[in-house]
Amino acid sequence: MLPDGAGPIRSGSGFFPMPTAIIPALLRKLTAGRERVAVKGGTVREIVADLERQFPGLANHLLDAGEIKPSIAISIDGEIVPGGVLEPVGENSEVHFLPALSGGA
Amino acid sequence: MAAATNNGHFKVIGTRPIRHDGIDKVMGRAKYGADYAFPGMLHGKLLRSPHAHARIKSINLTKALALPGVKAIITGKDLPKAENKLEQSGEMTVNPYYLSMNILAHDKVLYDGHAIAAVAATNPHIAEEAVRLIEVEYEVLPPVMTVDAAMKPGAPILLHDLRNKEEGNKETNVAQHHQFKRGDIEAGFKSADFIIEREFNTAMVHQGYIEPHNAVGIYNTDGQATIYCSTQGAFDVRSLSAQVLGIAVGKIKVVPAEIGGGFGGKTTIYLEPLSVLLSKMTGAPVKLVMTRGEVLRATGPTSGSKIKVKMGATKDGTIVAAQVWMAYEAGAYPGSPVGAGAMCIIAPYTIENLQIDGYDVVVNRPKTAAYRAPGATNAAFASETIIDELADKCGMDPLDFRLKNGVKEGSAQVVGPPFKRIGFVETCEAIKNSEHYKSKLTGKNRGRGVATGFWFNAGMQSSATVNIHTDGTASVVTGSTDIGGSRAAMAMITAEVLGLPVTDVRPLVADTDSIGHTDVTGGSRVTFATGMAVYEAAQDAIKQLTERAAKVWEIKPDQIEFRDGAFHSKAGDKPPMAIKELAKRLARTGGPITGRASVNARGVGPGFAATLVDVEVDPDTAKVKLLRCTIAQDAGRAIHPSYVEGQMQGGTAQGLGWALNEEYFYDDKGTLRNTGLLDYRMPTCLDLPMIETIIVEVPNPGHPLGVRGVGEVSIVPPPAAVANAIFHAVGIRMMETPMSPPKLMKEMLKKRAAENAQSAAAD
Amino acid sequence: MSRKTLVDAIVNGEPTEFLCEPRQSLLECLRDVLELTGSKEGCLTGDCGACTVMIDGRAVCSCLVFGPEVQGKRITTVEGLADATRLHALQQQFLEHASLQCGICTPGFLMSAKALLERNPNPTEPEIRYALAGNLCRCTGYDKIVRAVTDAAKTLREDGHDRAAARS
Repeated sequence: MLPDGAGPIRSGSGFFPMPTAIIPALLRKLTAGRERVAVKGGTVREIVADLERQFPGLANHLLDAGEIKPSIAISIDGEIVPGGVLEPVGENSEVHFLPALSGGA
Repeated sequence: MAAATNNGHFKVIGTRPIRHDGIDKVMGRAKYGADYAFPGMLHGKLLRSPHAHARIKSINLTKALALPGVKAIITGKDLPKAENKLEQSGEMTVNPYYLSMNILAHDKVLYDGHAIAAVAATNPHIAEEAVRLIEVEYEVLPPVMTVDAAMKPGAPILLHDLRNKEEGNKETNVAQHHQFKRGDIEAGFKSADFIIEREFNTAMVHQGYIEPHNAVGIYNTDGQATIYCSTQGAFDVRSLSAQVLGIAVGKIKVVPAEIGGGFGGKTTIYLEPLSVLLSKMTGAPVKLVMTRGEVLRATGPTSGSKIKVKMGATKDGTIVAAQVWMAYEAGAYPGSPVGAGAMCIIAPYTIENLQIDGYDVVVNRPKTAAYRAPGATNAAFASETIIDELADKCGMDPLDFRLKNGVKEGSAQVVGPPFKRIGFVETCEAIKNSEHYKSKLTGKNRGRGVATGFWFNAGMQSSATVNIHTDGTASVVTGSTDIGGSRAAMAMITAEVLGLPVTDVRPLVADTDSIGHTDVTGGSRVTFATGMAVYEAAQDAIKQLTERAAKVWEIKPDQIEFRDGAFHSKAGDKPPMAIKELAKRLARTGGPITGRASVNARGVGPGFAATLVDVEVDPDTAKVKLLRCTIAQDAGRAIHPSYVEGQMQGGTAQGLGWALNEEYFYDDKGTLRNTGLLDYRMPTCLDLPMIETIIVEVPNPGHPLGVRGVGEVSIVPPPAAVANAIFHAVGIRMMETPMSPPKLMKEMLKKRAAENAQSAAAD
Repeated sequence: MSRKTLVDAIVNGEPTEFLCEPRQSLLECLRDVLELTGSKEGCLTGDCGACTVMIDGRAVCSCLVFGPEVQGKRITTVEGLADATRLHALQQQFLEHASLQCGICTPGFLMSAKALLERNPNPTEPEIRYALAGNLCRCTGYDKIVRAVTDAAKTLREDGHDRAAARS
């Protein structure tokens, strides 16, 4: 398990950048209270799978039949992105899971 | 006519042309949904529940069906069973089960006005008579009218299959709990020099569009249906109606009529699927139009709410901790904007330690619908009042306090990700430097108040095509229904890219067959996202035209440059060719030119507004007179400044109505008592002063023209600004909306009594 | 149910006959019988002014008048404001000031403003606001509407006469 607040981890040869998933407050009971979790993956699907590996049962709260739940919006590096599980995630990206705002004025 | 705010880079953007659809509108020629008529058309009316909460035991249609002129009647049984789960419908998340039950009740009615049956007859008067002949047996249940009542243990349950994740399999009226946490609020509050904790209550209010809902449905025997209606989203009407009717999306065409106001309330459906179903049963077009009473009783208002805020600051004016508990009325079915409210409530400020808990609670009121920056105005009423109190405690000017804690590029948002380039600071400074702010306010019972607001704005999907005509003029086709003059902006963007005068570009709002998928007109997204699609479509047209010019000149496209409305050979060996000239040669060089683009827009820029208001409180009647009002708002880039000003003024007016007079009055049976516009009191011309506008432009780096959405955020600050002004006028902190005369008078009398008691004690 | 009544009136300067049931409002007659859909329905209780027309020179809510009541009267609707070739000054100023967003209240405002300017050609801002207080607008906050009416009044005074008034 990686230390809390981790982004890049030190190794013998230097830093390996890793994306960070920000865990919604109400799901932190599944992550032992941790808000920021370093994750492996180049797409939202891969990082959710990694979250599930680290914290079994978490994916159930994020996915519905393999796609991000309609009630959840994904924000990557401060921008709401529409691609769902297909959305690419950069090496240093911060990924947030937010309540989806209903479309409309 | 006011001077243009053209900044010199642009020829068309920033000017103020007359809107292309204007003449039809001032002549009464423009067709709104209720203006449509077709041969053989029938008229529909709805039977609505008189009870706030009841089980439907039986419905007897016999007498109604026997009335001459009645052609069909439908009830909830005639709609197919829908799945009880949240689904993606276009870009909206919707639960088709609840949506269907809201349109026509199944076994329970959940608010006064809940629709039960729909009648189609040869004229609207006969339809109304038939509605009165429908016999319904009810088992009346106790109404649950407030979040407090709904959340109490042992409260009557509205939806027996509603569960939330935290209460397991327990029946509940709490549909959802959101939480945002950062840092350590206990430590934060310990470090504070001043802590303020207050409870606020805001009343349910309606969007108040002047045009009631309408729909004309035409069902053909081959299974194809057409719907004409006033809507903010033709594609949403199509997908939602398809779900409710259980038919394929592709079998429905929606033709958006002109729309008489929406503000979010016309982003959902009520009458549309019913008009199609009645048409199917009768073989005739069927028109349904709501009365004002139906609009107020049964179409989405926005949530009333209870919001508790605790905020702490150190004496140098730094906010160190914030804790919020908020419960929003969802109405009869889940879906209040409490999530958005929770994310907006302290969005303009950098606060290290926070915890926000938001609850979505069902009550026996109409299902709420979006209303201009949904959830944010309730939240700002609470937070911006407390911010004002804290500023006072710290001995700071209220704008300086906000500037000290205000977010900038790189600041973390409530939900974490850092802001890109934003204009909160510039917006506050614009108010601070305004003539209004610098002017002195003198006189008894007068006070000045300021507040700020935030809204995310939306991106979402839009499509656009730009057609080049044989005379070198163009048309731009989009699917964004025009609720505020946006089609003019689309024409202006196209004209700018093509180098044409804006009068040479005709904008068109198309139906669902004629343009690619386009999400709703709302979320302050049209000029941003549809404008982005239009910009790209116009660029696509230029690219194709460049290839044609290359053919004509027999050179390569990369040897050609388009500027100042004409194609230039980079070698300088040919005279420039205007689009007008090239257009004559399209047939021989390959055929017609249509530029096209579709976007799922990214790069959304959030919006900030700051509102300043001067009031005078009548000491005998507690009537609040609005003396002066100024709003500053960051528009990124104002395409058509007059319509940007219009959005700022309109949202401000709605916010002022919300602040001072608007509310839903329910009696103890749960019956709505103010079902008309006399008693649902919206601001009139006489209630408001001129609304001064300051357009701030901090370009949004995510948009090719720097545009930020402007439609919504202006409604967010006014209630708090008025509350703050009232405090400075008469020393009373109002913590509920509306701050109407009876409510303010009660507080004023309490204050006077307390002061009299004090001075009596002192004697 | 009563049979329909034949009503004779002058609508936008034209002698007009139409049939209506006694329970049909003037608004309904204009929109559904005469197909003049420029006057709008907003509330049916006389509170929003979207249905404002002029009857014998007076601004009224057509939703509060029954069809047969206009027998022998002169009615002006928004469709009767412009000349064959020219918009009324009010219409022109509404366009230039961007005084409409959704436009649904515009016909009613134009009629109320016309009635105001015919009796008071040089109104102050409070007088304009008072005269228009019976017309609700939810989009604009009224600012640009008041400015348009002020400028239209000026134009009409400079022009010396009101063409539309002469016609109806």
